[in-house]
Amino acid sequence: MLSQEFIRNALLAGTFVALACGVAGWFVVLRGQVFAGDALSHVAFPGALAAAAAGVDQRIGLFVATIAVGAGIGLLGRGVLAHGSRVTAGASPTDDTAIGTAFTFILGLGVFFLARVSMGSAGASGAVGAHTLFGSIFGLSAGEACLAALIALTTTLLILAIARPLLFASVAPEVAGARGVPTRLLGVVFAALLGAVAAEAAQALGALLLLGLLTAPAAAAHRFSRSPFAGIALAAALAVVAVWGGIALAYAIPALPPSTAIVVLAVTLYYASVALTARGVGLPHR
Amino acid sequence: MPAELANPTLSFNVAHDVGELLEYHFMTNALLAGGIVAVMAGVVGWLMVLRGEAFAGHTLSMMAFPGAAAAALIGIPGAWGYFLFCGAGAGAIARLSGREHFSWSEQSAGIGAVQALALALGFFFLSLYGGVLGDLESLLFGDLLGVGDGQVLLLAAVAVVSVSALALLARPLLFASVDADVAAARGVPVRALSLAFLLLLGLTVAATSQITGVLLVFALLVAPAASAQALTARPLASLLLTIALGLAIVWLGLGIAYFSVSPAGFFITTVAFVVYVLARVTAAAHARLARADPPAPAQEPCPEGVIA
Repeated sequence: MLSQEFIRNALLAGTFVALACGVAGWFVVLRGQVFAGDALSHVAFPGALAAAAAGVDQRIGLFVATIAVGAGIGLLGRGVLAHGSRVTAGASPTDDTAIGTAFTFILGLGVFFLARVSMGSAGASGAVGAHTLFGSIFGLSAGEACLAALIALTTTLLILAIARPLLFASVAPEVAGARGVPTRLLGVVFAALLGAVAAEAAQALGALLLLGLLTAPAAAAHRFSRSPFAGIALAAALAVVAVWGGIALAYAIPALPPSTAIVVLAVTLYYASVALTARGVGLPHR
Repeated sequence: MPAELANPTLSFNVAHDVGELLEYHFMTNALLAGGIVAVMAGVVGWLMVLRGEAFAGHTLSMMAFPGAAAAALIGIPGAWGYFLFCGAGAGAIARLSGREHFSWSEQSAGIGAVQALALALGFFFLSLYGGVLGDLESLLFGDLLGVGDGQVLLLAAVAVVSVSALALLARPLLFASVDADVAAARGVPVRALSLAFLLLLGLTVAATSQITGVLLVFALLVAPAASAQALTARPLASLLLTIALGLAIVWLGLGIAYFSVSPAGFFITTVAFVVYVLARVTAAAHARLARADPPAPAQEPCPEGVIA
């Protein structure tokens, strides 16, 4: 299996994308921003279509769209939208309502661009759409895989660099604010980094499926361990396991698309963690 | 596309424009179906926003994709696939939200896992079926302009069922939604109500998304309700406002789309977003006025008051 070049490329890119998804996802689940992550991943789709309509490289569209929307969610998330009596660590149901309204609008723009792309050339919109929505990890060239690994590694390191203050700001925002931690800025920076992770993962797993790799391993890690750094490591490890297992499964079963295999494995890990912790494995839960 | 049929242009005579719009049967069907959807999605969405279940609603509306793909694969009518997957999704989400030791963020993580699994299965079915992703736009935004008479009747029947079921459950459901702990202590079956509401949400979404598509149904569930709840905290007023805003959004969007070449779904989501932004701005301005004017009685139009 390893003698195939496309498998080696997929493993190289997939491993680092999994690391980034695991680490970012752990904070996403901690901060209750799963819907924000979902919205960001879907936004990759209009981003790629807008780039296709404008005739520039799709990756530019992906990154610009997700990072911009990420920063927007970070900016609006706590200050403007959550001004009520409810102060929680991270997002609240109110944020979810706002995110839901905004991202349907952005996807509406996506369809507007889709109409533009399909006016240009007939087959292109279907291909662009399918690649962006469901990914093509087996279709990466060596150069693309190296670039993807490099970008994923950089975003992972950046998130780890702000991990300590971000953790403080997520768990106890008021105390962190009182101690001089720039909680607002950290929220924006994290959401923008999350956008970069989403854009990176969208190329491998697709805008519809990357949510599985972002949340399922991280949610499983949260169930097993309440210690932050053990949890982050576990989330990254579980995500890597899901990617490797998924690539191997998809290689063994040709009818199974790799992104489906990866996501199904990741979700299976999550359900296994729910079942195991219900039987008392891991730490007792709140 | 309407532009090819009628080649319409806007005049300054609004009555004439509306008359021209109503001349075509497909257009009256679209306005009728859109109106039914707006009322049904408005009522269900109002409770969805009140309960803070927007993510669950989005996930249920995504169930249409595996539903349609599975139905195509095994060769049954698409509607069965929609209803089957939406029902299964509602059950899976209800199992998660029923656990009281699950925090809010863990529940959303679980809902995310359900959604990812469903979409992954949908992609698997699609690749087994061997079909290409042909009509992305109609999956996402449906085909409001191609609704037949039978579909309007089916939609009306589902709307009557789900709205009257909600009317029957209204009092305990409202109690359980506003304060689950107190309701549970008073003997209200909170978990059963939660499952019943998610199933009703699934039914609504399944019936609606066949016509409006995956995204448009979610926009119509969330945007009118969120705007109305930002504007007033009184239950009945905000419910009626939700329905009115929903009707306005759908009909205005369809009306603009008739005089344009761009897809109707794009205009409806855009109008919905503009209405929502205006509502938030108005609510923020009111809150600022109320703060600047302390002698006035505490009538802060705070939207979170409803949700907290």
